[in-house]
Amino acid sequence: MTLQLTQVSLTHANGVQALRDVDLHIGASEQVAIIGPSGAGKSSLLNVLATALRPGNGELQVLGERAWQLSARQRQRLRARIGLIHQSPPLPPRQRVVTAVLAGKLGQWGLGKSLLNLLHPLDIPGARAALARLDLSDKLFAQCQQLSGGQLQRVGIARVLYQAPEVLLADEPVSAMDPVLAEHTLSVLCRHARQHNVTLVASLHAVELALAHFSRIIGVRDGQILFDLAAGEVDRELLDKLYANEQLQSPPIAPPPLSVQIPRC
Amino acid sequence: MLTRDTRDPATLPRLLLSLLALALLWPSIRLSELDLSVLVASDSQSEMGRFVAAFWPPAHGAEFIELLLQATLQTLAIATAGMALALLLAVPASLLASRALSLSAASRAGHPNYWGQLLRWPVRGVLIFLRSVPEIVWALLFVRAVGLGPTAGVLAIAITYSGMLGKVYAEIFESTDQRPAHALLQSGSGRLAAFCYGILPNVAAELLSYTVYRWECAIRASVVMGFVGAGGLGQQMDLSLRMFAGGEVASLLLTFLVLVLFADQLSRLLRWRLA
Repeated sequence: MTLQLTQVSLTHANGVQALRDVDLHIGASEQVAIIGPSGAGKSSLLNVLATALRPGNGELQVLGERAWQLSARQRQRLRARIGLIHQSPPLPPRQRVVTAVLAGKLGQWGLGKSLLNLLHPLDIPGARAALARLDLSDKLFAQCQQLSGGQLQRVGIARVLYQAPEVLLADEPVSAMDPVLAEHTLSVLCRHARQHNVTLVASLHAVELALAHFSRIIGVRDGQILFDLAAGEVDRELLDKLYANEQLQSPPIAPPPLSVQIPRC
Repeated sequence: MLTRDTRDPATLPRLLLSLLALALLWPSIRLSELDLSVLVASDSQSEMGRFVAAFWPPAHGAEFIELLLQATLQTLAIATAGMALALLLAVPASLLASRALSLSAASRAGHPNYWGQLLRWPVRGVLIFLRSVPEIVWALLFVRAVGLGPTAGVLAIAITYSGMLGKVYAEIFESTDQRPAHALLQSGSGRLAAFCYGILPNVAAELLSYTVYRWECAIRASVVMGFVGAGGLGQQMDLSLRMFAGGEVASLLLTFLVLVLFADQLSRLLRWRLA
């Protein structure tokens, strides 16, 4: 069992309860998509799985280890084996793409090598290869602030691909890309996961993409798991129930403004 | 319904803060005995006029110029050596005093845990102590310890400026976006590496310009400390003032002007190179 949540609850600092008593088991080299409406707790769930947020209650096991019972040093070593792709990758605007990608291996490198890499990139071919898979190798020496949102997302993905983790978690990894690029990027991720026996969990807001690329679909709503089914078993009715929103009311259509031409005498 | 939609919740706090600032300004004007009418009184004007008139022409004898050059170099050396020593203390202290290296903050939405916050206080206390004693006092102390000369100036600048640099560096580290560093910590990187990759690129220009500005301040401070015998242009200024040599004072002031101008251009050049 690669990822295991037992009765996990998470309350944010502002008092919002993001997850309630979630139980989840994900096996090695499974490919799972998480779908659900905005604010349902998809990001919180992925952050808890990535050990980026500490759950208030319950237990998290990653790669056979209880992440929050470990010492800080052991937990950092465990975290180096987990990769999290952020929806808007937090990259310093003035950092060069090559440095941002190579930073994926900071967990495996010593301090000396990390600092040397800051002065002169040590593995330019490696960074170029990771970017080339996402069709971005021409931006190798650009600064992050020169890139668009979709390009930044691909830099974030390239960093995690370069990190080569055993568990790959992706929080809306293709939300800022056009449909063709999103399709391509997701298939790169899935192919990478299959080839290297990596466990892949991705949250997506595009249901068609989730159904097309992933074998197991988890629907999250109000911090709870609504369904956890194979992709073939997810039907229209379930999706309507997942995305139902009573708060939203379409605004009444305003009548076209009446313009009266008063002829001047 | 209408009042709820049109009211800005920030209005009242902003108004109160403005009133508080005004209320604090009045007593400070009274307490500092500020009275601008003194400046336009005729006798004080003629007194100032006589003082300034003695400044012309600036002294430019070959002997004095050589003396000036030597004092300028000494002032630059005092400021630079003092800053270098200050940085040795300020950089580690600022890292300890800020949340930038906090591992617990990365998994607690930016808030370090209780122990980490408690540990930061002693470091902050040391920084406060270092900068709360003015450099002139340190200089007087060191002049007694190591004798007249630039060494006292270097030590005084190193101590006071490490306190200032450490405090401001720590604030600069905290004022920037922490998420890049947190993301790196969450993927297993070490604290110092996460700092260098996640925070340093964002703050480098600001750190540099503040450091150059402080270097400029150190040049001016070394002048003040020259009055108590800590060497440099200040000592020369003290001598010239005592001898009522207005022309020499003018030359010294012009030298300051050039030095500050130089520091300003250096800062611009470095910022432009880094941008």
